[in-house]
Amino acid sequence: MGRYIVRRLLQAIPLLLIISVILFILANEMGDPLASFGGRRRIRAEDRARLARQLGLDRPILVQYVVWLVGNDWMGVDTDGDGVADARGARRGILRGDFGTSFTERRPVLEIIRERVGNTLLLMLTSEIVILIFSLAIGIYSALRQYSTLDYAATAFSFIGYSMPVFWLALILMYIFAVNFKRWGLPYFPTVGMYDLAVGPTVSQILWHLALPVATISIISIAGYSRYVRAQMLEVINQDYIRTAWAKGLPRRTVILKHALKNAALPLVTILGMDLPLLLSGAVVTESIFAWPGMGRLFWDAAQDTDIPVLMGILVIISTLVVLFQIITDITYTFLDPRIRYD
Amino acid sequence: MSPLLEVRDLTTRFYTLDGVVCAVNGISYTLEEGETLGIVGESGCGKSVSVLSLMRLIPEPPGRIVAGEALYRGRDLLRLSEEEMQQIRGREIAMVFQDPMTSLNPVFTVGDQLTEPMRLHLGMSRKEARERAAELLEMVGIPRAAERLDDYPHQFSGGMRQRAMIAMALSCSPSILIADEPTTALDVTIQAQIVDLVKALRDRLGMAVIWITHDLGVIAGIAERVIVMYAGFIVEEGPVGEIYGNPRHPYTLALLASLPRVDRTSNQRLAVIPGLPPDLLGLPPGCPFTPRCSYARPECREKNPDLQPVHSGHRVACWVDVTTGRLR
Amino acid sequence: MATTEVTWEVFEEQAERPPLTPAQVAWRRFRRHKMALAGAGILIAIFLYIFIGSLVFSEADANYNDLSVRLSPPSWEHPFGTDTTGRDILARTIYGGQISIIVGVLAVVVSLIVGTLIGAIAGYYGGVVDSILMRFTEAVFNIPQLFLLIILAKMFGGKIPTFQFLGRSFSGSVIVIIGVIGLTSWMYLARIVRANFLALREQEFVTAARCAGARNTTIIFEHILPNSIAPIVVAATLDVASAILSEAYVSFLGLGVQPPTATWGNMLDQAYHHLETEPWMWFFPGMLILLTVLGINFLGDGLRDALDPRALAETG
Repeated sequence: MGRYIVRRLLQAIPLLLIISVILFILANEMGDPLASFGGRRRIRAEDRARLARQLGLDRPILVQYVVWLVGNDWMGVDTDGDGVADARGARRGILRGDFGTSFTERRPVLEIIRERVGNTLLLMLTSEIVILIFSLAIGIYSALRQYSTLDYAATAFSFIGYSMPVFWLALILMYIFAVNFKRWGLPYFPTVGMYDLAVGPTVSQILWHLALPVATISIISIAGYSRYVRAQMLEVINQDYIRTAWAKGLPRRTVILKHALKNAALPLVTILGMDLPLLLSGAVVTESIFAWPGMGRLFWDAAQDTDIPVLMGILVIISTLVVLFQIITDITYTFLDPRIRYD
Repeated sequence: MSPLLEVRDLTTRFYTLDGVVCAVNGISYTLEEGETLGIVGESGCGKSVSVLSLMRLIPEPPGRIVAGEALYRGRDLLRLSEEEMQQIRGREIAMVFQDPMTSLNPVFTVGDQLTEPMRLHLGMSRKEARERAAELLEMVGIPRAAERLDDYPHQFSGGMRQRAMIAMALSCSPSILIADEPTTALDVTIQAQIVDLVKALRDRLGMAVIWITHDLGVIAGIAERVIVMYAGFIVEEGPVGEIYGNPRHPYTLALLASLPRVDRTSNQRLAVIPGLPPDLLGLPPGCPFTPRCSYARPECREKNPDLQPVHSGHRVACWVDVTTGRLR
Repeated sequence: MATTEVTWEVFEEQAERPPLTPAQVAWRRFRRHKMALAGAGILIAIFLYIFIGSLVFSEADANYNDLSVRLSPPSWEHPFGTDTTGRDILARTIYGGQISIIVGVLAVVVSLIVGTLIGAIAGYYGGVVDSILMRFTEAVFNIPQLFLLIILAKMFGGKIPTFQFLGRSFSGSVIVIIGVIGLTSWMYLARIVRANFLALREQEFVTAARCAGARNTTIIFEHILPNSIAPIVVAATLDVASAILSEAYVSFLGLGVQPPTATWGNMLDQAYHHLETEPWMWFFPGMLILLTVLGINFLGDGLRDALDPRALAETG
């Protein structure tokens, strides 16, 4: 087992390097990073050239990548932008924990991300829990009561939910639970931010503000997963070993919740792990709409400003999370399924 | 004295996307205490469905038992509540299935699955059940049984899994053991071992056995009486010697002709029944074997014949007397 | 209870003939799949809406600004209301729908070409080629799609000028969006194709073709691809739905197809600012996206069930 984990981690390294090369090239091609450098002022052509030299943006892309990766404290840099290398660089590279400095905010990227990462995790973890509970409950129920009214309702819900654009669902939820609840004099849900500035970040405020974003992210995922759980459950229910369980005279509860559920829930672990990228995509839109100060929102702002260090920082952290999460998923799976042993 | 099990007019259908499948069409038979009954036929002729119906293990939907009764010690199994049925399954009537590779739950240990029925039906403690489980595994011929209880099914070979299934089925000393093609998925040498094992256990424990197979050769060694099924109907029924020595239905004849025999000379080819069994989407007005039958006559298309006695305990459903080739 | 009597003709057909071909079974299953039929129905309705609609309204109507009626709620004259510059939303959903669907379909064509090529090459040649291509595929797979979409849409945005096609002018951003969506969604297809190739290339008919002297490309395109077509068809159908959604996301974030060319996605661009007071501006385009995607998902689900090889062995 230990060897398997080590092997997987070692395999992740080249994968992450390939991902970072692809992303670095794309991010540097996506627009002019100097366009919004230092606020919205227009910059003169000489200043541009000087800035580009100072930031190392005039170097070949692969050199820039190496600097980003391992730093530039081993090579000469042009600090005053006159075209002559005059000092040792000060960047230590992402491998040594230096994510660089934001072009727009002139602050270390890691500091900016650190402020946001907790908020995104709060949103994602809450959503994951809600998703897991509801999709299991709905999926199992529909499978057992196949072709009942509630099964049809759940099927309809899941197809509609699955086919809905995230942001449109967010708009509908806002329109009903914020706009119209307010009009009708009901307690209405907030649509912006994490807490009321007048009250401050209390637990109840944050929960209240979490409601709509979590609902938005969860509804769409629950729609997909409950279908998946249902299909898994139906497939498992028709397996020979379930027939064996019935033939032993076991009561329904034992057959379903012991023999069927463990087999049906196993693949869900994998799917949850594999769909993390999807969930994070949903978070970008959701965070943008609800002005939730998380990484998704940060990414969107950074993309608009072509703030490459921030973009790369977020993307690297997210890709690493995705890859790590897949390894964790596979390992969890081996603990749950006795048939699989990686040696 | 009334028989241990009496099945009357059992009819089971499946309502599928492709249409209504008439899997079992009004079959009747009896099973005496301690008797071994063989049910023979090609795959898809309703053998398995007929016994799964008894156990009420037909998935509903799409399946449905539309008519008939099955009296077990005077109680109609088809009309018991689900809870009452749970008391019967595993306790009174136990089953062994065709494919040992898929019949055990892959994510629980063999011991866990083996002790389940005993703890449920006999109220044994975990410890008692475990001890008994080890004895049972020993009895079905698994070496170092006590150590293997904590193994998962995938750590067992196919033959061992089938032995474990048999141990599980016998754990509560049922009065009927239904074996649904228990040797089909196994190697030939293992097949013989399993047949011998069930025979020995039957003689020791005195239970009745319903043995389903498509292989007439297997059944010769174990059954006392044989039922031949085709397209969801019983086409012939009789003592095992009669069926082999004096077969009266063209289908039984064809099945026997397709058996390899040691006394056949090597240049004789095995006979093959032409065509395939119908997929049972709806029933024809006459005898369903007509299209494949070498004795078929125009009358066969009109009406499906009932089972008629030809000897004591030997009944056949055919318009034609195969000994003469003429209508009865 | 349904009658189960059949005629001898039907019965003998069953008994004597080999079972139905997979295609026949698939068609029979598809016809009886209620959701698939509902999906087909919804899609036909949407097609009629956008094609018959374009006979009633001209594209000029869809782009006609009338500031005097800006932001007016649904009425007889403007059943879906008007937008910020007084354009009729009904007419815009008709032309927007055409673009959205074209974008969805063509994006899948792009991803099919890329995915099939990469998957086929990797699966057929195996070895080093396979490892390199699959590493690359896995890498792209691990980047959340929307992040890639945003980066690529910004990267190519504004680089292709407006062009004329079939007498209509299209914003160059249409091409950009098709390419961008196609280039971010081929990975799954590539994996299916590769897996099928790996499984199939060892089979006898491929060996036979190779012994007969067939060239690699002949084997790939004439012998292997047709055998992996079913999962590709299903995946591609469902991908059209996600492509339409992707277009909507990118457009919602303002990086999609640029006005005046309407799409269902970019009609929602400013929705947030009109959330409270002009709900008609975002409700109708969103509803049409939902219906179209729903229809495609139903259809894809039906196709999957119809083409599922395991379904063939189900009865019997």
